Amino acid sequence: MNYGTTLLWKRRALSSLSATRRGLPKEKMSENGVLSRAKVLTIDTMNPTVKKVEYAVRGPIVLRAVELERELSEGMKKPFSEVIKANIGDAHAMGQQPITFFRQVLALCSYPELLNDSTFPEDAKSRARRILQSCGGNSMGSYTASQGIDSVRQDVARYIERRDGGVPCDPDDIYLTTGASDGIVTMLKLLVCGEGATRTGVMISIPQYPLYSAALAELGAVQINYYLNEEKCWSMDISELQRALDEARRHCNPRALCVINPGNPTGQVQSRQCIEDVIRFAANERLLLMADEVYQDNVYAEGCQFHSFKKVLFEMGPEYSDTVELVSFHSTSKCYMGECGFRGGYMEIINMDDEVKAQLTKLVSVRLCPPVPGQALMDLVVNPPQPGEPSHDNFIKERTATLSALAEKAKLTEQVLNTIQGISCNPVQGAMYSFPRITIPEKAIQEAMDKGQEPDMFYCMKMLEETGICLVPGSGFGQTDGTYHFRMTILPPTDKLTILLNKVKEFHQKFTQQYS
Amino acid sequence: VTESNGVPCRGKVLTLDNMNPNVRRVEYAVRGAIVQRAGQIEKELKEGVKKPFTEVIKANIGDAHAMGQKPISFLRQVLALCSYPELLEDNKFPEDAKHRARRILEACGGHSIGAYSASQGIECVRQDVARYIEKRDGGIPSNPDNIYLSTGASDAIVTMLKLLVCGEGRDRTGVMISIPQYPLYSAALADLGAVQISYYLDEDKCWSLDVAELKRAVDAARQHCNPRVLCIINPGNPTGQVQSRQCIEDVIRFAKEEHLFLMADEVYQDNVYAEGCKFHSFKKVLFEMGPAYSSTVEMASFHSTSKCYMGECGFRGGYMEVINMDPEVKAQLTKLVSVRLCPPVPGQALLDLVVNPPQPDEPSYNTFMKERTAVLAALAEKARLTEQIFNEVPGVTCNPVQGAMYTFPRIALPQKAIDKAKEEGQVPDMFYCMRLLEEEGICLVPGSGFGQREGTFHFRMTILPPTEKLKIVLQKISDFHVRFTQEFS
Repeated sequence: MNYGTTLLWKRRALSSLSATRRGLPKEKMSENGVLSRAKVLTIDTMNPTVKKVEYAVRGPIVLRAVELERELSEGMKKPFSEVIKANIGDAHAMGQQPITFFRQVLALCSYPELLNDSTFPEDAKSRARRILQSCGGNSMGSYTASQGIDSVRQDVARYIERRDGGVPCDPDDIYLTTGASDGIVTMLKLLVCGEGATRTGVMISIPQYPLYSAALAELGAVQINYYLNEEKCWSMDISELQRALDEARRHCNPRALCVINPGNPTGQVQSRQCIEDVIRFAANERLLLMADEVYQDNVYAEGCQFHSFKKVLFEMGPEYSDTVELVSFHSTSKCYMGECGFRGGYMEIINMDDEVKAQLTKLVSVRLCPPVPGQALMDLVVNPPQPGEPSHDNFIKERTATLSALAEKAKLTEQVLNTIQGISCNPVQGAMYSFPRITIPEKAIQEAMDKGQEPDMFYCMKMLEETGICLVPGSGFGQTDGTYHFRMTILPPTDKLTILLNKVKEFHQKFTQQYS
Repeated sequence: VTESNGVPCRGKVLTLDNMNPNVRRVEYAVRGAIVQRAGQIEKELKEGVKKPFTEVIKANIGDAHAMGQKPISFLRQVLALCSYPELLEDNKFPEDAKHRARRILEACGGHSIGAYSASQGIECVRQDVARYIEKRDGGIPSNPDNIYLSTGASDAIVTMLKLLVCGEGRDRTGVMISIPQYPLYSAALADLGAVQISYYLDEDKCWSLDVAELKRAVDAARQHCNPRVLCIINPGNPTGQVQSRQCIEDVIRFAKEEHLFLMADEVYQDNVYAEGCKFHSFKKVLFEMGPAYSSTVEMASFHSTSKCYMGECGFRGGYMEVINMDPEVKAQLTKLVSVRLCPPVPGQALLDLVVNPPQPDEPSYNTFMKERTAVLAALAEKARLTEQIFNEVPGVTCNPVQGAMYTFPRIALPQKAIDKAKEEGQVPDMFYCMRLLEEEGICLVPGSGFGQREGTFHFRMTILPPTEKLKIVLQKISDFHVRFTQEFS
């Protein structure tokens, strides 16, 4: 056969492939009669799992809030003079001040010439020098080891040991991350495999922080919901875990159990007994345990205490501590630091298979390293000023002030919301949010449905338009069918919070009246 | 599964066999096996183990500061001011630095860089980025709404690839990427389960891109997948070539004809050294080709704070500009990035300074220009030096390092060495590089980590060490190559 014939056959073979097969879209006739092609990347040709992703904390209601802010700044008249973004756990945005010591060290690390400046205390300079010495070229601008700066991981390990009463921590089990979200997504990614009935299932609370549902949707994993008990202050119930798991086994392969403690959005601080029960459950049912503990310093209620999953695990003896695969997560975004913008975090990996750990190390290397300012910040969080150091007193003062303000606001929130007829609010035991249950009149539910809106979204949108207060509807976090909630942060300064809570009260009363 | 004492124990929940299979396929040579060995050797040196060398030189990664390059003073002054605003009272800091810091802080929630920013990035920074792009591209408009700040360019590249991947089996999305390539691309494609479509750069023509080769690759790919994306790195990594304007036009035309989404990785846009070479942004060329192209070709271009004259890798600053993206898809993109809240704010602040540096009438201008010029001139000198020295070694051929930060010379390996490598279960250029590491303490990355034509071998070395040190490194590698060739002859 000659070259020409081969060519002809090739061309025919290709052209016999439909245009779609060849990746070329059909041509469309547009209104003015001109042929135009559809885009390469359309809603129909994009990644389908991305379409399933939702993240209510920055979803439609927040988009509307931003629009309103724009309108206000352009001089449009509204029933309010500012939009209050009580949708997101961002303390600094709500006026909380950064911890002075941390920012001093970060400034020194950014511009080491300041090490010659006598206005900076010695302990800040000493921390900065130590951090810089462990950076390539003594600069925060270098990439670090992908697992994070070695000396920072050592400091994190020591922090964990102190926190957990001496239970040993290996720095090699610590991975610094770009916020806790990064570590959580990485772990979920590692876990997901299988097809159809063997597809990985991951247990998560209802209500939950919607990073989890978003990540599971994106990864195409199966989300297995276990309901927290609203009547019992959002506590976890092993029989409910069992119910959820048994049901899930029929259609997927459950392999992981995620717990957020202290809880988001619900704020509950689980009892030690509960944590033991959960660990026992995970061990018996062969589930990898993911413990999201980013609010570990945010505990307010009398009688509540943070118990780290790792500590409890080790106190249960080697039968558990040698076997249960556990990953715990922490962050610089919450607690008393509130340094969300730095994207600092870590995870500690317990009892991970060595080969899988090597794969994890490989995976994080592709993104090079977490942001170095965030790593530096984490170092300070786990290695703060000690008694005897110049910055100690001020540090403790600032920290205490922030945490007690939060405790005060948690109490105030619960108190005021519970005075509202049709709203009931569980104690805000910890974290940064209230998640009260709201009664929505039938007429309002109907109007919402007519509009194609979730009733609590309808409620929250109305509140936003009338009061400028931006909350997140409970449907964004998950809730028992037929119940409605919203999540509101407790972060605004106390006097502003008081005003806010009263406006919510007024609105709720008006709304209930309007739709009675 | 049984323990050694005979007691049965259960296997782990998460094992190699039941973890995500895509993740197992991921490789990233820039921090792979050879770098792990280099880290081990560093530890041994610290513990006092005797070696034929006193330090390990990490010429594997494009990390300028680690190799002694200094940060730009102005950038770090502003970052310090943003971190600790009390310094705004300090008269040591110039007014232009304070002014930039105040502007950034005003755009942050609670005037703190500790607040989350908008997920797409701080608005005034995106405006500054858009203006920078307009200035760079001779006035072609850039809409800040098309700018997405990101956690390094890598973040945005992965996000775009994620959006693009769909389909099953023969309809699975195929993504074209150069061979050799920066292995973030191959890693991301493996992770996403997309099909990698390799197109070969022409080593004999200074690693230029050939549209005929693009066509060959895409036609072959259509047999088994659905090609939808074309990725190009310009200036190139690892190869350093700076594509001509004609080439960029041809690529754009090709992308339009073949209905491909164009991804232009332009992180080295200020790193252009060779005479006669110039950086042409894909966007500029696109718009100069007229509306038939500029209103239809879908494109994303990427930039970063990690390279150029800044070298601020650790801050993870970056952005992408999306052109002609379907509005519904754009809304999905905006939604997707919101899940991770926002890119690191220090990185966003840094990017703001990169796109909005001191101007001629400002106090910091002279120092800024001096520092910037010094860094870029040093890199140009080192690029030239590297090419010169390597080309003097028999068995090593080095294309001109036209731009970026690396050299990717071709090395001739004796058959005996190739055989020995196979015996040890190693790819030949990995075998070579491991030897170099053990004998000289110099860490490079074998060409196999980036991709290369069958039967050819290369390594990637950065041109970043200070000139005097670089000369020594180049000499050692040259000597090693001669020795190695001798040993296996």
